[in-house]
Amino acid sequence: MKPFRTHRGRVAPLDRINVDTDQIIPKQFLKRIERTGFGQFLFYDWRFAADGKKNAGFVLDEPRYAGASILVAGKNFGCGSSREHAVWALADFGFRAVISSSFADIFANNSTKNGFLTVCLSEDEAAELMRRTREVNDYQLTVDLEQCEVRDDQGFRANFPVDEFVRHCLLNGLDDIGLTLQHEAEIAAYEALNPAPAVLL
Amino acid sequence: MPAKKTLFEKIWDAHLVAQPGGRSPIIYIDLHLVHEVTSPQAFDGLRAAGRKVRQPSRTVATVDHNIPTEPRGTPITDLIAAKQIAALQANCKEFGVRLFDMDSPDQGIVHVIGPELALTQPGMTIVCGDSHTSTHGAFGSLAFGIGTSEVEHVLATQCLAQQKPKTMKIEVRGILAEGVTAKDLALGIIGQLGTDGATGHVIEYAGEAVRALSLESRMTLCNMSIEAGARAGMVAPDETTFAYVQGKRFAPRDQEWEKAVEYWRSLPSQEGASFDKVVEMDAAQLCPFVTWGTNPGMVAPVTGRVPDVGSLKEAERRSTELALQYMGLEPGKRIEDIGIDRVFIGSCTNSRLEDLRAAARVAKGHHVSAKVRAMVVPGSQAVKRAAEHEGLHRIFLDAGFEWRESGCSMCLGMNPDILQPGERCASTSNRNFEGRQGRGGRTHLVSPMMAAAAAIAGHFTDIRDWKFR
Repeated sequence: MKPFRTHRGRVAPLDRINVDTDQIIPKQFLKRIERTGFGQFLFYDWRFAADGKKNAGFVLDEPRYAGASILVAGKNFGCGSSREHAVWALADFGFRAVISSSFADIFANNSTKNGFLTVCLSEDEAAELMRRTREVNDYQLTVDLEQCEVRDDQGFRANFPVDEFVRHCLLNGLDDIGLTLQHEAEIAAYEALNPAPAVLL
Repeated sequence: MPAKKTLFEKIWDAHLVAQPGGRSPIIYIDLHLVHEVTSPQAFDGLRAAGRKVRQPSRTVATVDHNIPTEPRGTPITDLIAAKQIAALQANCKEFGVRLFDMDSPDQGIVHVIGPELALTQPGMTIVCGDSHTSTHGAFGSLAFGIGTSEVEHVLATQCLAQQKPKTMKIEVRGILAEGVTAKDLALGIIGQLGTDGATGHVIEYAGEAVRALSLESRMTLCNMSIEAGARAGMVAPDETTFAYVQGKRFAPRDQEWEKAVEYWRSLPSQEGASFDKVVEMDAAQLCPFVTWGTNPGMVAPVTGRVPDVGSLKEAERRSTELALQYMGLEPGKRIEDIGIDRVFIGSCTNSRLEDLRAAARVAKGHHVSAKVRAMVVPGSQAVKRAAEHEGLHRIFLDAGFEWRESGCSMCLGMNPDILQPGERCASTSNRNFEGRQGRGGRTHLVSPMMAAAAAIAGHFTDIRDWKFR
């Protein structure tokens, strides 16, 4: 996994609440059996018309947000389906982090497995960043996982909570399967006490 | 005296494998259900790392999301879907995983076949790369959806590193009235809590109304926990649960059964155990609900109206305006005046025998409106056989419904069963997100009885006034 330490980049606003994973990556693109190449389908039904032509006015296609790598969005981002393809699509499109006042659990979990950061701020802080993203040209933020801090060049500064273990894995790009397998002895001991029922064998 | 434990805490503690300092606890997974859409990349990961499936016997796969509901044997014309199904077949073969394939008499929606084969049992930890895994909590198990990376993690280790969720009790007093179903209870709860009201929590549903529910209805209720943002939903096991499990294919037998039931009886939350959050509801306040918007929390009584946006806060107001625009609805419109084009009876929420019986009771002796196309998609081959044995298919066919093969079908429209742009559908599924059932399609979530009645009337209608024939 690609480590996440500190990232500075252009910010794009997605001023909607309850953005579900069906919008982030519609179901017609879930049939691929690879982890790559999903970025072109990000927010597909919002970005593209039924005939495949670009819809005018979708925020991520505005020139001022071109190349953005941080997304600011409304509350409850990533709700709905467990599809990890949503994170793969955001990351493949070029995003490294999403900032919101809340995230759906499975989306947040999936993010941590892909070196992708979900930054949870208070509603007021998230709203302030949404405003600045709109009002300041080429608005840039620094997301600093070492300090658990988001800051800009205009004096904004806010801390965000992260589970200590998740932070450790993200900072070091650790494969958590490998970490779990360090507990092989405990897993084997548990299995010895709790064998699979014979009927399943 | 040790702290009193909830159902969730008992199961969590019984599955703790390790609690390394400074790291997330590692819990053991009893049952891992696998389907074609969220697993190929996980198996690829295993191959790349040279890992095996640690417990093939605790891993069970089926095909459900992609498959057509045309008669079996019809070739799959969607080549990318066919490739994904072939990948699951090859992966199950290579890694020694049991697969209920397209031609299997046990094939079905993963959350329907787990319970009907008694792979799902009380006290278990169950995961699947699908958010509606919460369904299995109806048995008093801890069951939750995971992403593909975690699918790989469970395949490789039979464990998950998880932060311990918080607990929420939803206590429903009184008894649901005639015509008010578990689906309405679920929609009523989501309407009250919002789609993020239970984020970070495992819900335990309790109270007289929940205890009175059949096991299949409890599945409907737990299924939709994720739509309130919950990590999982659970109902404590009781005699209803044991009666449902007993005698099914993978259920314990003889002495093992006695031992199992004794353990299951020890699982319910202790009197006085504390929850992080408690919500109380009154069953008498519930009625048949219909969603009007683009998330399952946007819900109104069938006798109500599409809401006005005036009184809402800025973000909510904008979200509601966007939803109404997408849905092609005016504020203040009566729900019963909303006409429909399509009806879908199916999905892991409402495709079990009890659901089909309820819909058939409504449909019997009536005919689907001339302007409506209605389909019934049983949740599994076993449900389909049982329904046909009772003659339910005859009632549906005579009434003008299509009777199809089992799968996820139009719940998420990954197969050819989709809405056309602008089509409006009364659906017994779980999500009314934009484009969920097909780009531009407009989904209204309802119970099976309400869906059947809407198919016949051509618009939503209060099932409590229905003329059963």
